[in-house]
Amino acid sequence: MIPNILGWLFDPAHWSGSDGIASRIVEHLWYSALAMVLACLIAIPAGLAIGHTGRGRFLAVNLAGAARAIPSLGLLYLMVLWLFPKLAGDSAFLVPAIIVLVVLAIPPIMAGAYSGVEGVDPGARDAAKGMGMTGMQVLRQVEVPCALPLIFSGVRSAILQVIATATLAAVAGTGGLGRFIIDGQKVHEFAQMASGAILVAVLALVIDLLMSLVQRSVVSPGLGAGPATSGRAGRRSRTAPSGNTPVDVEIDSSGRTVDAPAR
Amino acid sequence: MTWFIDHLDLVWTRTLQHAYLAGLPLVIGLLLALPLGWLARRYRPLFVPLIAGFGLLYTIPSLALFVLMPAIIGTQIISPTNVIVGLTLYTLALLVRTVADGLGAVPESVKQSATAMGYTPVKRFFAVDLPLAVPVISAGLRVAAVSNVSIASVATIIGIPQLGLFFSDGFSRDFYDPLIVGIVGCVVLALVFDGVILLLTRAFTPWVRATGSRA
Amino acid sequence: MIVFDGVTKRYPDGTVAVDELSLEAPTGQITVLVGPSGCGKTTSLRMINRMIEPTSGTITLDGKDTKRMKEAELRRGIGYVIQHAGLFPHRTVLDNVGTVPRLLGMDRRETEKRSMELLERVGLDPAFAKRYPAQLSGGQQQRVGVARALAADPPVMLMDEPFSAVDPVVREQLQDEFLRLQGDLGKTIVFVTHDIDEAIKLGDQVAVLRVGGKLAQIAEPAYLLSHPVDDFIADFVGRDRGYRALSFQQTPRLPLASERTVAMGESVKDIDADWVLVVDDGNRPLGWVEPKRVAGDVTTEVLHRGGTVARASGPLRASLDAALSSPSRRGVIVDDAGALVGTVRAHEVLTAIEETDRPELEDPQRPGAAQAAPRTSGA
Repeated sequence: MIPNILGWLFDPAHWSGSDGIASRIVEHLWYSALAMVLACLIAIPAGLAIGHTGRGRFLAVNLAGAARAIPSLGLLYLMVLWLFPKLAGDSAFLVPAIIVLVVLAIPPIMAGAYSGVEGVDPGARDAAKGMGMTGMQVLRQVEVPCALPLIFSGVRSAILQVIATATLAAVAGTGGLGRFIIDGQKVHEFAQMASGAILVAVLALVIDLLMSLVQRSVVSPGLGAGPATSGRAGRRSRTAPSGNTPVDVEIDSSGRTVDAPAR
Repeated sequence: MTWFIDHLDLVWTRTLQHAYLAGLPLVIGLLLALPLGWLARRYRPLFVPLIAGFGLLYTIPSLALFVLMPAIIGTQIISPTNVIVGLTLYTLALLVRTVADGLGAVPESVKQSATAMGYTPVKRFFAVDLPLAVPVISAGLRVAAVSNVSIASVATIIGIPQLGLFFSDGFSRDFYDPLIVGIVGCVVLALVFDGVILLLTRAFTPWVRATGSRA
Repeated sequence: MIVFDGVTKRYPDGTVAVDELSLEAPTGQITVLVGPSGCGKTTSLRMINRMIEPTSGTITLDGKDTKRMKEAELRRGIGYVIQHAGLFPHRTVLDNVGTVPRLLGMDRRETEKRSMELLERVGLDPAFAKRYPAQLSGGQQQRVGVARALAADPPVMLMDEPFSAVDPVVREQLQDEFLRLQGDLGKTIVFVTHDIDEAIKLGDQVAVLRVGGKLAQIAEPAYLLSHPVDDFIADFVGRDRGYRALSFQQTPRLPLASERTVAMGESVKDIDADWVLVVDDGNRPLGWVEPKRVAGDVTTEVLHRGGTVARASGPLRASLDAALSSPSRRGVIVDDAGALVGTVRAHEVLTAIEETDRPELEDPQRPGAAQAAPRTSGA
């Protein structure tokens, strides 16, 4: 079985052409990037605003919880069914898919942004104000840099969801690596299905690895990286996530959203 | 609505199938995550490989994982086992970390006094550490439950019966009713799972409600 | 000079944090606000840089009403130090210190140069400059906090329990260095603490607040110890206030006895005395020895180091302590260079104490006296 899969995967004929592996990878990346950019544009400012002002948190937490319960595949079918007749050409498949991806990506990114800002040491925030920083300066110079680990955690978890769901979008007629799984199934060609699965898994791993490298170069080493000599620093490094489990979990497990009363 | 009433039996069958596909991995995952999380806490060098290793599983898209299962464990492509094993792995990815976090959050003073009173390590784990970690573990379990219900519907694509089949039914016939019944069914099932875990947690941690504290 | 004039802070739920507070914090001096928790001391401090806005009354800074100044500008001109230092975890120590100069538009190189100087000034090794706050101990973090507050050379400093989160030994060090630093800089400082000992040690004047945000008494530390206006103050300043008040009384001329001394390495065989003082070649006392217990020459191992040493120009408390702690019952008195002047016995110090005047009832040096005076007569 495995030689079969590898044979299909490394057959040069399967890599070229408009329905070849190379162009499917580009498509997959394009959908994911487009959705992520749109989601970040919406979710990061919103999350920062919630974290900075403390307003709207209750709503955000519950929306995020509800969004997680909605099955993405069902949402995808629903969107295509509803929007397909209203659109023309390629966009008839693409627009509903992108909408679903954006909707899925917003909650984790927003949760990362607001919990990151909320988690900033109140002393640091107080000192920043006391030294004469304006609200914007506090946000830009203190809150955002300190929130970066959690913002990254949210973005990375969103990227993984987007890459996974972009695979599903193939059932609704879009391109991307999911095509190999869907098309392979139609012709009962397991090698093709498995190749698609391997490609999308590797793509997710590589993107996540790249993101972790970006994170390492962007986030200040002062945030939880150094040896924790003081108790406060130790606590901070515990809440700063290092892996790629979703940001929602980080927050839930520290008991801040699930059934803690809203502030 | 009439479609729903006409197909009540089918909806019920698929709900049970869905609950089985999403729920069994939750139970297996929790039972495996407890010792693994304990190991990660107990033996420092194991912490990073265990947490990072299971975290890595989470990067693999669900459809890819289901499709690759037959190549790894030798099942048929349409076997429900693929979904159960896949979801168990996701549950582990979430819970090993949560269990380790939860055990780590037990106050050192409590652990030390338990040891000083003569608890053996194993007895202390079950009598002190584990109960105190329940609130944190339960929070992780609720996340896993809700996401399992959503991910289980992806098994539609490889043809395994559960609520997700209503999505493709409705889609291929250009008919909203089954599609909406499927989505609502998933959400309701997720809420039921969440509620059950919440009730169990309350039963196991009477001190949380009594004092309003979490640990 | 900072002047509070009838300042009240009332929260929407009706609680009054600060009630009609009037006091002056004179230029170049340390004014300590002290009191139990809930007395409004931190609220009062934070109203100075408008982190909290007063409900009524005015606070002026060198005659200018702070309400008329822009918040950010006001704050950039006031150093601010808080309990856990509140350092920015994502910035290096050096960048933390340079925060306000950068806000004020100073260029990077100039800022870094100044920050390095300040780190040295607060007693921090320059090697720490490139570290992050999490890599520092609590005491070190607090030093960085002080350096950061001093960075733009503000004439005024507000300090909110800056030393209360560190252990007692480090706290003592930080307090001493803070006093030394203030001796050089002469800032106008308002300092909040809940620790009356810290207040007495650091304050040029101490304002005691009671729960509900009312000023109970404001006075110089010595005066506060000797003349508490009511039971609350008396209770708050503590039981051994009579002894502690001696810290503020200059030692008068004491009847010093000359002391027989030996040098390290000498023999004490022929000396007929219970205790003999050992000195170094600069005549500085090292400790006592008991001749009958020393077999050979005097070595560091046989030294008894229990006795404290008091400076002749120091406070009475040190002289008395020297006598009380000495194994020979003779307290060692030295000059400012640390060289032995003579010894004194406890009863002689006590006689000197009895002959010394207690601080006067009306404290002429204290500008805030006028406001506290009516309460004094009423109590």
